[in-house]
Amino acid sequence: MSTFYFIAFLSIFFSILVISAKNPVHSILYLILTFFTFTIHYILLNAQFLAIVNFIVYMGAILVLFLYTLMLINLNKESEPVKPFMVKIAGVFGGGILAVAVASSLKLMGASNPVLLQNPDLGLVKNLGKVLFNEFLLPFEISSVLLLSAMVGAVLLATKEKEPKAA
Amino acid sequence: METTDLIFRIVLIVVIFAISLVVAMYSTYAERKVAAFFQDRIGPNRAGPWGILQPLADGGKMFLKEEIIPTNATGFLFIVGPSLAILTACIGSAVIPWGSAIQIGGRTFDLQVTDINVGVLYIFGVVSLGVYGIMIGGWASNNKYSLLGAIRAASQNISYEISMGLSIIALLMLTGTLSLKEIAEQQHGFAWNVWRQPLGFLLFLVCAFAETNRSPFDLPECETELVGGYHTEYSSMKLGFYLFAEYINMFISSAVMATLYWGGYNYPGMDWVAAQAGPTIAPLIGVVVLFGKIFFSIFFFMWVRWTIPRFRYDQLMDLGWKILIPLAITNIVLTGVISTLLK
Repeated sequence: MSTFYFIAFLSIFFSILVISAKNPVHSILYLILTFFTFTIHYILLNAQFLAIVNFIVYMGAILVLFLYTLMLINLNKESEPVKPFMVKIAGVFGGGILAVAVASSLKLMGASNPVLLQNPDLGLVKNLGKVLFNEFLLPFEISSVLLLSAMVGAVLLATKEKEPKAA
Repeated sequence: METTDLIFRIVLIVVIFAISLVVAMYSTYAERKVAAFFQDRIGPNRAGPWGILQPLADGGKMFLKEEIIPTNATGFLFIVGPSLAILTACIGSAVIPWGSAIQIGGRTFDLQVTDINVGVLYIFGVVSLGVYGIMIGGWASNNKYSLLGAIRAASQNISYEISMGLSIIALLMLTGTLSLKEIAEQQHGFAWNVWRQPLGFLLFLVCAFAETNRSPFDLPECETELVGGYHTEYSSMKLGFYLFAEYINMFISSAVMATLYWGGYNYPGMDWVAAQAGPTIAPLIGVVVLFGKIFFSIFFFMWVRWTIPRFRYDQLMDLGWKILIPLAITNIVLTGVISTLLK
């Protein structure tokens, strides 16, 4: 349990650093650390497959792409857009609402009933695979087709502006 | 029981760590000797007999050189880069089964640091993490050549990770497990996976070259275009760490290839040897066999480096996206169809 609190503290700490870091590249690096703490959370929950997939897909691929893009864009203080006055007002308003929500939820806070897993080994590859390919086969296949169509769509958008016949 | 197990684990970790470092150290020597052989030269032969103390001399030079951190570099990240590179290179060895279970004094120990049931994916995760060392170092140098090298490394790694993953999927369809220990056990004797997955192995090999940034895929440090690539600004041991990480990566990926495709510690006639040598010596012979395979594979890496010229960057991307990925998908389909028909 104390491990959980330590890791949870680290998650929140790094997430705050993500939004408070001045340099966007530093911000992404903190985001990587945040995702790393998520991986540890999954391991603590005995969801090894989810942990390793989070590690590979989010830390290893998606954030590399983020970092890649940010390095190319080369944002810095000079190119930072000056925000209009109305946006600042909206920001203060939004922050105030968030504070109210947090305060009210803190007031109502009580220990929630912990969800008991019927099968604590559900997160292991073999069990997860059996569930995915038996009970949830249709949603699983549909989501894979959805992802594929998103990928094809991205390729189409990227090649549209060039010559009509695709090289 | 618990304590002996723990002590054995710790000893194993230290030994594997030391072996990786020594192998990486002598890979630099071997690389120069192999290059010399291919180019009909002699190679390093001054430090010690046949120059075998050359890596120590190089290491001493690296440690004693002046530390330079460029004024405009991001100081902290400049140091994090090489540290991360060497860290990710070293942690990959944790899931590799170095031999079958060994009996010492009536107890059985596994010659593997940890057998997590997602071992293959762990290797994959470590590989995908490896690019951060290069990217952070390249960006923190605040040098356009370093940045270009880092960006090349990132796009190259991501592109080749896909076909690497797809080539492993075909293998996993046959093995039915993600644990490297079980994969190694399934290849008992001469039933190596490479006979069942020749195309998959070829794809994995090409991707391994690209993931370790070895020639002909060493575009991130292509000196004809980018001075020194991502490590242009690095000097002394921080440069040493980058170069060292490359050799450790080569060692680990050779070990992974040997385990996944070339039978790991298995060899033909191992049952006969096991019956002759007993349960303590026989696993050690298996370890020697595994290292033989690894060393040949490292030699192969060097052989290719000194034989094949470097790709152009667009050729690299074309190969990754237009040839390797379709081939890997074809391989998956073929594997599925054939294994269903033969069942």
